Amino acid sequence: MFAYIVRRVLATIPVMAIVALFVFSLLYIAPGDPAAVIAGDQATPADVERIRASLGLDRPFLVRFGEWVFRILRGDLGVSIFTNLPVTRMIAQRIEPTLSLMVVTLFLAITIAVPLGVVAAWKAGSWIDRGVMAFAVLGFSVPVFVVGYLLAYFFALELDWFPVQGYTPFAQGVGPWLSNLVLPAVALGGVYIALIARITRATMLEVLQQDYIRTARAKGAGQGTMLFVHALKNAAVPIVTVIGIGVALLIGGAVVTESVFAIPGLGRLTVDAILRRDYPVIQGVILLFSFVYVLVNLLIDLSYTLFDPRIRY
Amino acid sequence: MSTTILPPGAVSRQSVAAAPPLPDVMQPKQPRKGFLGYLTRHPTIAIGGSLLLLMIAVAIFAPFLWTKDPTALAPVMRTRDPSAAHWFGTDMLGRDVYSRVLYGTRVSLIVGFGVAIAASVIGLFIGLVSGFVRWADSIIMRVMDGLMSIPSILLAIALMALTRGSVGNVILAITVAEIPRVSRLVRGVVLSLREQPYVDAAVASGTRTPVIIWRHILPNTLAPMTVQATYICASAMITEAILSFIGAGTPPIIPSWGNIMAEGRALWQVKPYIVFFPAIFLSITVLAVNLLGDGLRDSLDPRAAKRV
Repeated sequence: MFAYIVRRVLATIPVMAIVALFVFSLLYIAPGDPAAVIAGDQATPADVERIRASLGLDRPFLVRFGEWVFRILRGDLGVSIFTNLPVTRMIAQRIEPTLSLMVVTLFLAITIAVPLGVVAAWKAGSWIDRGVMAFAVLGFSVPVFVVGYLLAYFFALELDWFPVQGYTPFAQGVGPWLSNLVLPAVALGGVYIALIARITRATMLEVLQQDYIRTARAKGAGQGTMLFVHALKNAAVPIVTVIGIGVALLIGGAVVTESVFAIPGLGRLTVDAILRRDYPVIQGVILLFSFVYVLVNLLIDLSYTLFDPRIRY
Repeated sequence: MSTTILPPGAVSRQSVAAAPPLPDVMQPKQPRKGFLGYLTRHPTIAIGGSLLLLMIAVAIFAPFLWTKDPTALAPVMRTRDPSAAHWFGTDMLGRDVYSRVLYGTRVSLIVGFGVAIAASVIGLFIGLVSGFVRWADSIIMRVMDGLMSIPSILLAIALMALTRGSVGNVILAITVAEIPRVSRLVRGVVLSLREQPYVDAAVASGTRTPVIIWRHILPNTLAPMTVQATYICASAMITEAILSFIGAGTPPIIPSWGNIMAEGRALWQVKPYIVFFPAIFLSITVLAVNLLGDGLRDSLDPRAAKRV
């Protein structure tokens, strides 16, 4: 088991290296010459050359890439071109809203989608099943900002149940924090719920045909026990895998959701950075998101043994 | 239920003879033949396909559908509510939203189809190479793993940050983000096909690799590729709208659904229709393509259909 964990962790290194190479190339081939910008309009070409050398911009690609990687490993993501603040500090300021949004969405999605999928598989072919499947197709088709605006229009503007936009920090109380996050989380969770519900239904359909389910029924296990203890436990691995893969949807969707609901998180930071062509910030955010994504999927890989003791490494 | 258990031999000859005739349900069904029969067996293809055809027609005939110039400014006519003169109202620069939404269909469909075709062709090539060239496989797959661990919207955003906004660049950026998924799919199909007896037989009889690929591998990748291509088309249209919406997509001059929504964003609390009309069109189009994809999956690959 320990050897497997070590091997699996080591296997993420080449993946992260490729992500880093891609993200670094982004800055390398980005239009605009930082040396010329710093030197200003009055500078002679010789001045620009001198600044370029002092910044180390004249050295070969791989040397610069190596140095950049070491800086990142020390926790230095560079300085924003626009605000002159360290990128790590800008990310730290914006991380709470995004993290809150994702945690609430994740919780909401799993608690809604898994039971939906289970019931759909249990009552396969019934109107409940059809309803869940139709909802899943809709969830894949209606883009997150459309759901966001619809929800905001009806539940915030018309009914006034929730705040229209904005974010309240967790420190100011769970109630206000949550009331600001409900609509964005539902909007962001749409696709995710569709994805999880669909895979839950498909896996459960397969599991419910197994002999041990018939045995569980025969020995008199109640419907609930049968579905959620015997069947769902055996269907857990594919469901958990899809939850991990779907985190990519959450990350992509957060960028849009934060724009719709004016939440000052990492998604807004990304959009602002793109509009200002603030490459160090873009790099930092993409690196962070990719790292989180790889980490989540690594943890999920390692968690398989918890759900299915038959899996041994 | 209370069933009396009969002792063996208690079933009399008479009761067996009195068994009811098979109900009509059990009669063998004669499936309708031809294209219409196919459509009735796969209603999702019929619905999705006709909705998509409708959208294609709207895109092609946009200038003839009582539209005005979608970029014509009319400051006097700013933010009018929907009326007989302006079916979907006007935006904050006085442009006719109905015309803009109809012309926006073109951008979405071009991006959707463009990305689906480009990603399929390039992904097919990479997947074939990866499936057939052993030494290249591990390198290619590591690169694809790396690309896949960047959420596809972020990858597209990052690429758009490098270039000027244009429809071509949007297609390029989304294609790059979609390629890993296609090449993985193709590689998987190739690896399983290579174990098939008929491929072994072809190898044993001295068939050259390109011929094997052309005759035995490619035709078998077509079905899963077609299904995958429809899903890519749907997600590309959403990604394009997202890119335009956050200002990193098609240039604001071109009326695309994402751009219209981005412009309506500032006013959406008072003039929600500017956001909602393009949103409805986008959702319907994506739904059409997704329904088509589901139907194609059911009809082309019944085993996969049972799984998901």
